[in-house]
Amino acid sequence: MTAASPRKSSWVNGLFVTPYLVVYLALLLYPLLAGVWLSLHKADLFGGEAFVGLENFGRLLRDTVFLQAVRNTFWFVLLTVPPLAIIALALAIALNRPTRAAAFFRGVFFSSSVLSVTIVTLIWRLVLIPDGGLIANILHAAGRPPIPLLSHPDLVLPAIALTTVWWCLGLPMMLYLAALQQVPAELYEAAALDKAGPWKALTRITLPSIRRTVVLVVIIQCVLQFQLFGQAQLLTQGGPNGASRPIVLFIYEVGFRRWDIGYAAAASEILFGLILVATVLQYVTTREKEAVR
Amino acid sequence: MSALDRAAGRNPWINRLGWAALTLAAVVMVMPLLWTVGLSLKSNGELLRDTASVFRGPYTLENYGSILARAAVFRWLCNSLLVSLCTTAGVLTLSSLAGYGFARLEFPGRKWLFALVLFGLAVPEQSVIITRHQLFSALHLHNTYPGLILPGLAAPFGVFLMTQYFKAIPVELDEAAMLDGASRRQVFWKVLLPLTLPAQATLGIFTFLSSWNDYWWPLISATRSEMFTLTVGVASSQINFAQTSGLGFLMAQAVFASAPILVVYVFFQKYIVRAVSGAAVR
Repeated sequence: MTAASPRKSSWVNGLFVTPYLVVYLALLLYPLLAGVWLSLHKADLFGGEAFVGLENFGRLLRDTVFLQAVRNTFWFVLLTVPPLAIIALALAIALNRPTRAAAFFRGVFFSSSVLSVTIVTLIWRLVLIPDGGLIANILHAAGRPPIPLLSHPDLVLPAIALTTVWWCLGLPMMLYLAALQQVPAELYEAAALDKAGPWKALTRITLPSIRRTVVLVVIIQCVLQFQLFGQAQLLTQGGPNGASRPIVLFIYEVGFRRWDIGYAAAASEILFGLILVATVLQYVTTREKEAVR
Repeated sequence: MSALDRAAGRNPWINRLGWAALTLAAVVMVMPLLWTVGLSLKSNGELLRDTASVFRGPYTLENYGSILARAAVFRWLCNSLLVSLCTTAGVLTLSSLAGYGFARLEFPGRKWLFALVLFGLAVPEQSVIITRHQLFSALHLHNTYPGLILPGLAAPFGVFLMTQYFKAIPVELDEAAMLDGASRRQVFWKVLLPLTLPAQATLGIFTFLSSWNDYWWPLISATRSEMFTLTVGVASSQINFAQTSGLGFLMAQAVFASAPILVVYVFFQKYIVRAVSGAAVR
C-alpha cells in the first residue's frame, strides 16, 4: 500500500498508470515511430536496410498502382458516407418513438453491425455473384440477365459500397437517435401551436438541433471507410485490375506479400496522415459540443 | 412526439406510407440473412445446378453435420473466445488502474502523459502494422495466444473512457471515506470501482465485440490454421471459394459463425448498442 497522498505529486502515484503506459509505448508508440524511421529506408524482410530519405514517398507519388488505390479509397468514401449519413438519418427520425414496433425495427437495422467482416462478405458474395447470387435470381425472375457486379471495373466499388452500407448502417442510426432524444419536446409543441407542418418542423427544428451529430457521423464514417480492407480483400482481392484495391490492401500486399516493408511503411504513413486530419476534426467537433451543453 | 406522429395525426396515409417504407427497408436488410440461412439448408449438389432451388424442398441439415464433423471450426471458436475474453479482462484492468491514476492522483508528467495517450486515439491500427509485425517476429510471438491478445491492450480508448468516468465522481466521496479511516487502496476498491460499473460494462462489451470481430491483426499474426480465430478461419475457407463447390457448406459456416454473436445481441441489445455508440462518440 502506498502512503502517498493523492494531492501531493509523487512518483509512487505514477505506478497506477505504468502498466498501461508500458503496453502503450511498446505496442503503439514504438511501432508508430519505428514506422516513420522505416519509411525512410529501403528495407526488405531479410534485414537489408539502406537509408533513402524521402525516396519511398517519391516512389509512391509515381506509382500508378498506389495512386489508383488512393483514388479508389476516396471514391469509396464518397460512395458510402453520404448514403450512410442520409439513410441512417431517415431511419432514426422514423424510429424515434417509444413503441415496441419501433424498438423491433431499430434492432433489425442494427443487427448487421455486430457481424464480423468475414461473415458479411461471405453472405454478400452469395448475394452479388452473377452465377446464382440473390440479385441474379431476382433479375432472372424479372426476365433480365445477371450483372457481373464483382468483375466489372465500374461496378465493383459500388457493389462493395452497397455491402458496406448494409453492414455499417446501425451505428450512425443509433447516434442520430441519441441526439434526437435530446431535442426538447417544447420546441415541437411550440411549432404545432404555430401550425407548422411536419416538413417545417424537420427543417427548422430537428435538423438544426442535431447539426453537430450529423457532422460527427460524417467524420466518424469517413475515418471508418478510409480504412476499407476486409470487404475488398475477401470479395475481390482488389480486382479486376486493381479497380477495387484500397490503400490498406495496398499496404498489406506490399508489406506482407512482396515484403517491401520500407515502401509499405511509407504508404501507411500517408494513410495515417489522412486519418489524423479527420480525427482532429472529430476532436474539435466533439469538444465544441461539450462547451455548448 | 415526433414530427411524423403529428403529421400522421392529421393524415393517416403518411403513417401508413411511412410504415410501408420502413417494412420494405427492413425486408431488404434481412433478405441477405434469410438467403444465407436458406442456402445453408440445401444440399451442395442441388445448389451447384441451381441456387433458385432454395425456394422449394427438400431441405437438409447435412451441411451443419459436416461442420460438426470438422474439428477446425471448434478450435477457431475456442481461440476467438479465449482471445476476446483475455483482451477484455486485460483492457478493463489496465484502463481502471490508469484511469484512476490520471483522474485522481498527482505525479510528475501526468498532464503530458495523458496527452500522449489521447494522441494514440488518432493512430489507426493499419499504420503501425509493419513495425508491430517485425516486433512480434523478433519476440517469436506470432502464432501464440499472447501474440493475438497483446495488441488489443494498447488501445487508448479504455484509458480515456475510465479517466473521464473517474473524474466525474466527486472527490468529496474519497475524502469522506478516508476520514472514516479507509486507506487509498480501500477507497479505490470499495468506493470508486463499484461506481464505475456502467463504464466497465460499456468498455467490456465494446472491447469484447471489437476483439471478437477483429480480422486485420489475426490475419497477419496467425498463419497456422490451429491458431486462427473464427474470423480468419471463416476467411480462409472463403478464399478457397473457387475450388470448393460446397456453397451450402460455406453458408452453413456463415450461419454457425454468426450465431453466437447474434444470440448475445438479441439478449443484450440495449447494452451493446449503448457500448458501441458510446465508443464511437468518445
